[in-house]
Amino acid sequence: MNQPVPRADDIDVVELRVPCKAEWVALARLSVAAVASRLHFSIDEIEDIKLAVAEACTNAIQHAHGSSYIEIRCEALSDGLRIQVRDYGRGTRPESIRSRELEDERVGGLGVFLIRSLMDDVSYDVHPEQGTQLIMTKRLPV
Amino acid sequence: MDIKVNVREAQGDCYVVDLGGEIDVYTSPKVKDAIGELIDRGVYHLVINLEKVRYIDSTGLGVLIGGLKRVREHGGSVNLVCTNPQIKKIFDITGLVKIFGIFESEDAAMKALV
Repeated sequence: MNQPVPRADDIDVVELRVPCKAEWVALARLSVAAVASRLHFSIDEIEDIKLAVAEACTNAIQHAHGSSYIEIRCEALSDGLRIQVRDYGRGTRPESIRSRELEDERVGGLGVFLIRSLMDDVSYDVHPEQGTQLIMTKRLPV
Repeated sequence: MDIKVNVREAQGDCYVVDLGGEIDVYTSPKVKDAIGELIDRGVYHLVINLEKVRYIDSTGLGVLIGGLKRVREHGGSVNLVCTNPQIKKIFDITGLVKIFGIFESEDAAMKALV
């Protein structure tokens, strides 16, 4: 029997908007951790998600000049959690979003490297004049 | 959210920096200042104890890397004490286990320094 296709309004969504300031990153990561916990991710997986969200917010704070806030949208998928982190800053260029090499002792790029390592699917939508949207998904174990 | 930083003199010319709490983009400047002040005073052999750290992100890692690079310019070294599996995992996946000495106890980290 075919599974019914879920409508958009069948997906539970939690949205959060925080100031684009360092002191609010802890609230963002803990809020998303609570959503992940609700979806029965393991403690280790919740820690991965927390760090990925924090890294995304940190990137926005450090690079999204002029963005006064960060929007975080969590979608409870049937098989995991999709998280969108959006800023409205100017100045980020697509080529500036890159991971570091493992042998590299420079600091830059560690955050993007961690996000790509800890999450299952990661994509960026970068508009230098309109901001950056990061979409990342963590799947529940089968 | 909190970060606790305590600096104490150990044997020889070594110092221990005890960190506790969460190290992120908001709290890492406090850690950077503490390590930077030691290096400015000519302390180039450090043990940074992360046993009471519950969380660290890339800005915290960046502070540790920055400290290591500075002491290396003077022939120094930084060893870490880390027992939290989640934090160890972050050092593993970033490859930082290759540039830091990471130990299970402060004694072991200290012995490896001198």
